[in-house]
Amino acid sequence: MVSARTFSLFLVLFATWLLLSGIWDPFLIASGAVSSLLVVYLAHRMSVIDGEGHPIQLSWKLLTYLPWLAWQILISNIAVCRMVLSPSMKLDAGSGWVSASQKTPVGLVTFANSITLTPGTVALAVYPDTIQVHALDRSGIEELKAGEMNRRVCAMEGQS
Amino acid sequence: MFSLVTFLVVIAMAMTLIRAVRGPTPYDRILAVNVHGTMTVLLIALAGFLTDRPDFLDLSLAYALLNFVGTLAALKFFKHGHLGEES
Amino acid sequence: MSLAIDILSGICLFTGAVLMIISALGVIRLPDLFTRLHGASIADTGGAFLLLIGMVLQADTFLVAIKLGLIGIVLFFTAPTASHAVAHAALIGGLSPDDPKANQGKDEAEEDRT
Repeated sequence: MVSARTFSLFLVLFATWLLLSGIWDPFLIASGAVSSLLVVYLAHRMSVIDGEGHPIQLSWKLLTYLPWLAWQILISNIAVCRMVLSPSMKLDAGSGWVSASQKTPVGLVTFANSITLTPGTVALAVYPDTIQVHALDRSGIEELKAGEMNRRVCAMEGQS
Repeated sequence: MFSLVTFLVVIAMAMTLIRAVRGPTPYDRILAVNVHGTMTVLLIALAGFLTDRPDFLDLSLAYALLNFVGTLAALKFFKHGHLGEES
Repeated sequence: MSLAIDILSGICLFTGAVLMIISALGVIRLPDLFTRLHGASIADTGGAFLLLIGMVLQADTFLVAIKLGLIGIVLFFTAPTASHAVAHAALIGGLSPDDPKANQGKDEAEEDRT
């Protein structure tokens, strides 16, 4: 009856409680366990414990995606800073459509969030197979159309 | 070090307020207030280090959540004129 | 060793604070809402994370570092969602993403008041 996903949600909630409180006294640990159980019960009643509510199917592939994303964020931070600080402010801003080949909503949201998190590109509107993107410099859209980020998110999303 | 960094962040926050006052569209104001909120989260955390009181980090965490919900609520209220009446 | 960590965290903190100022400058200088979003995202990513890394290096207990990490996780998930919400609302609200000049001085709140 108790699936691995439910159990993992309980563990995550309980660990969060322990780390945030930082007081190791039996009463507080017990109330932490009770509140975590209550939240798991409520989440079960709302039936939100699924691949979207608690996506454990991503776990280990995420570890290879995040460093790459951090590197992209670093590069584009420098590029956007240079544009903001340039005295002439010659911008070539505009919007375009980027195709997204993710199959699950979690994958699509990860892709859209990654686009928005990278300075220089913002997801304006998200549809099941395309994303409208605004870029501070049009080369950002061309780079997304080349599809490396799309491929990496697809490799990470896994089966749900 | 922390006092210099805190001072710089306060200057940045004051600069975002200029955009919040000037507008011109309501979206610009909401965006400016959202950035101001992100900076406030870090300012509270820095203040915790500055005064050597780590309890401030809990306030900072709560403010990070409030800032997000506040931005969405302001956008929704601006767009619909209410925060979700029963239809 | 501790001197090296102090210097590293000082560099992180200072760079993060400078990025915050650049981001605020971007929010002021850039011509319209959609370009200002990019300026704002510097503060959400580069500025916030460098400041958090600088503070983690200065943390004296494990719990403090964990709390800073949780702040980082919360910002990592909420910042792009809030940016996207503003962008999508502006797109639906009739601002044009391809024409910065069209988005100037159209203050709907002012119009409502008159």
